[in-house]
Amino acid sequence: MEITLRDFLTILHGMGFGALFMLAFSGAIAELYRMSAPGVVARPGGYENALLRLYLAAMVIVAWATVLSGAYIVYRWYRAIPPAGTTDLATFPQRLLMASKTTSGWHSLGMEWKEHVAWLAPIAMTMVAYVFAKYGPALTRQRQIRAAVLTFAIVAFVATGIAGAFGAFLNKFAPVRGGESIILMQGE
Amino acid sequence: MSAQSDFDAIPNGPAAAAILAAGIGSFALGLFATLGDAFPAVGKFFNFYNPTGPLSGVTTSAIVIWLVAWAVLGRSWASRTVSMATVNVLAFLGLLLGVLLTFPPFMDLLQGK
Repeated sequence: MEITLRDFLTILHGMGFGALFMLAFSGAIAELYRMSAPGVVARPGGYENALLRLYLAAMVIVAWATVLSGAYIVYRWYRAIPPAGTTDLATFPQRLLMASKTTSGWHSLGMEWKEHVAWLAPIAMTMVAYVFAKYGPALTRQRQIRAAVLTFAIVAFVATGIAGAFGAFLNKFAPVRGGESIILMQGE
Repeated sequence: MSAQSDFDAIPNGPAAAAILAAGIGSFALGLFATLGDAFPAVGKFFNFYNPTGPLSGVTTSAIVIWLVAWAVLGRSWASRTVSMATVNVLAFLGLLLGVLLTFPPFMDLLQGK
């Protein structure tokens, strides 16, 4: 059982950082709402605040790891330009997609949107984490700050969903392949 | 003073600065992406790191704008209470434009393609 270096790093970017970040949203949005809702009966304690601050900080790190690994590791392989005369485009995903009218949209809409919109998520989540760390449970009385925090968190979730979904489809139609082989285990 | 009271005593300025800066950063991202797509010279300018192409400059520049806006607003509003309604409208507008300007069909519409 083996995997190429590019496959491994693409999986780390999408299924490692990206999916982990996506999964973390449900918990973050639910907790942010629960701990800052105006009608909350019992105000959350210091332990709960500290836990959510840590959770949001971890999300910020994962969000930045996702976009940075995508832009500076995977994307450069995706957009690699084949040498003149190359007929096998299997290791040049962008060119492979653009070579056919039936797949070019995956690049011109999918990748073109994904590569930019994904960056909204770390910007938004950094703000969300900062504001919660600064105000904590006092957000229950800061209705407009709470509305902004939740709106930016939801938009970050949607942006991540768009980027993740197109990433999955792109990797289906034109996977990033090549590089050294990493042997994970020997077959029988 | 308890930790709870410490939280309650903070003016809304620092939050407003962070929220508005995030809106400004989002708008900058969309604007730079559209400009880089519309004008080859701008796209070439944003080519900070060749293997990643204009995306490197578009995102790096947007991050710089976001962080500078946050630093300037944060310093100005550190101990002030500002109108959150105005801040939210501007921040949401920046965020909305940021999303729209990264959407390729909207970019094409603006460019008359």
